[in-house]
Amino acid sequence: MLSIAGIANSIHQWLNETFSSGWATLLEFVLVGILVISFFAFLGLVLVFMERKVSAYMQLRVGPNRVGYKGLAQTLADTIKLVVKEGLTPDGADKFLFNFAPFLVLIASMLLMAPIAFAKDFQIWDINIGVLYITAISSISVIGVLMAGWSSNNKYSLLGAMRSGAQIVSYELSAGLAIMTIVILAGSIRLSDIIASQENGWWIFKGHIPAIIAFVIYIIAVTAETNRAPFDLAEAESELTAGFHTEYSGMKFALFFLSEYVNIFIVCAIGATLFLGGWMPLHIGHWEGFNHIMDFIPSSLWFMGKTFFLIFLIMWFRWTFPRLRIDQLLNLEWKYLLPISLFNLLLVTFIALMGWYF
Amino acid sequence: MQHQDLPSDYFPMVIQFIVAVGFIATTMVATHLLGPKRKSKIKLESFECGIESQGNARIPFSIKYFLVAILFVLFDVEVIFMYPWAVNFKELGTTGIAEMFVFMVLLLTGFYYIIKKGALKWE
Amino acid sequence: MTLSIFYFLSFLAILSALMVVVSKNPIHSVLYLIITFFAIAGHYVLLNAQFLAAVHVIVYAGAIMVLFLYVIMMLNLNAEVEPHKSVWLKSAATVAGGTLMVVLVGALRTSASVGSPLPADANIGLIKTLGKTLYKDFMLPFEISSILFLAAMVGAVMLGKKETK
Repeated sequence: MLSIAGIANSIHQWLNETFSSGWATLLEFVLVGILVISFFAFLGLVLVFMERKVSAYMQLRVGPNRVGYKGLAQTLADTIKLVVKEGLTPDGADKFLFNFAPFLVLIASMLLMAPIAFAKDFQIWDINIGVLYITAISSISVIGVLMAGWSSNNKYSLLGAMRSGAQIVSYELSAGLAIMTIVILAGSIRLSDIIASQENGWWIFKGHIPAIIAFVIYIIAVTAETNRAPFDLAEAESELTAGFHTEYSGMKFALFFLSEYVNIFIVCAIGATLFLGGWMPLHIGHWEGFNHIMDFIPSSLWFMGKTFFLIFLIMWFRWTFPRLRIDQLLNLEWKYLLPISLFNLLLVTFIALMGWYF
Repeated sequence: MQHQDLPSDYFPMVIQFIVAVGFIATTMVATHLLGPKRKSKIKLESFECGIESQGNARIPFSIKYFLVAILFVLFDVEVIFMYPWAVNFKELGTTGIAEMFVFMVLLLTGFYYIIKKGALKWE
Repeated sequence: MTLSIFYFLSFLAILSALMVVVSKNPIHSVLYLIITFFAIAGHYVLLNAQFLAAVHVIVYAGAIMVLFLYVIMMLNLNAEVEPHKSVWLKSAATVAGGTLMVVLVGALRTSASVGSPLPADANIGLIKTLGKTLYKDFMLPFEISSILFLAAMVGAVMLGKKETK
């Protein structure tokens, strides 16, 4: 059967036969690097287009439809425009930090791409601290945001950065606790182990009540962590212009924009991996026949389908809920989500101890 | 299946890092070369909705943000303490649960104190 | 190979630690401190303590640096108001720092070699082993640490409340 892992393996074989092993490894790394960058750019284009189309249809508009077939080339045209724009650095800004902040933010999201399993046996990097690695790297991007806001020497930027910093760190706690629920159930923090543990059913079904609570908390927390509406008061166009990247223009702005969308993809991919089984097809216990039929759908399609479903959900939120105020936002986290997730953790321990999951 | 975990497992991360830095540096330099450069004093002023900007933005702000950050550090460390426990959850059994229960009770006491004191109340 | 990586990481750590002290702008110092922490996390990885490396990045480079940034941004950083330290204070600081260095060098010179830098069991730093040790052999210190957290929470609340009254 034609699968991504198969293609990857045959490329690996061909390289090893044609070149010496050292060169083959080097070439493989170069190949992976190019693939990651092009996937990154592709994701940016697709997600921005998807966002615009989804919002358009939710507001009974048509959305971009002039450039290319049904507007498909719209984001490409936008990118070209951004590349040839002038990248300004304001006079009052801290030049070094101002130019360094996009690096920090984008490197964080690029490093996060590594441990995601895109298909069966297709993962750039399967490390034994998988989930923890993701938490670690994603905590770095806050610093980039804070630095961008501070170095711009702009009051809107500073306010936006402050809000966004407080928001990201607060919601990181709930996201971490929601992930912990699955770690307890699966008994491992290696992503491939977590996926393998869902072979007879996804955790959201197997773990029933606590898993569903954790899933809801996770989705709320990551929506806040990626600064998406209704938690987008870091940018809050109507009050803060554009939040921490007010002073950024041209490609520097585009880099922030890109990392924002890629971060949405990454958190949704992690959510799909932990709760919805990653690339694992929909399996139900020991219904061999049913499981076998489901296996015919390629694993990469399963993964992408789940991830894009979650992305769609997050885009849907944007047009459904009004924006929160900063105090409401922090109240929601500290007074509701955090205690709920702590109690949920106790509940899941109890259920796991009694063996009341499937 | 027992994996042999070695420091060399982290090599791909280094490669990924180099690729990321290269990509960002290339795009930033490229747009710097491609884009026009017409600078003027007013253009480089910080944006304040068209009004002349007042002073600079190095201003002090609410202590609440600081409080949120410090509480985050505390809770983050506690969450990290739970990871080794969650992984070994099945082997540790009831003793592990009891330990974590005591830990959680103390944590929730502190949490209750924070809420009760109104530390997170936003005036 | 491992040795050269070790030297590179040590060089990076020391260089960026120096930059933390030398750089005029405190926000730049934070940035260099983050690089230092990453270099130290790299050392943990070299020792195969992967869980510790991740925790180091999460707690220090992530959480504590965010706290530092908030503190620094709260200070008034305009150049005009920066206080000038007197010559006496500077020379006193030099003497104190120099004495500390002499003590440290003296202590390190007389101390015996630690032996092999790599632990006997290669998997000793992994999360599974670490969890078993922490929750079996070090049960009491673990519970006591939670009391420490409680104290820290109370302290934080007291600090924060004072300003608002």
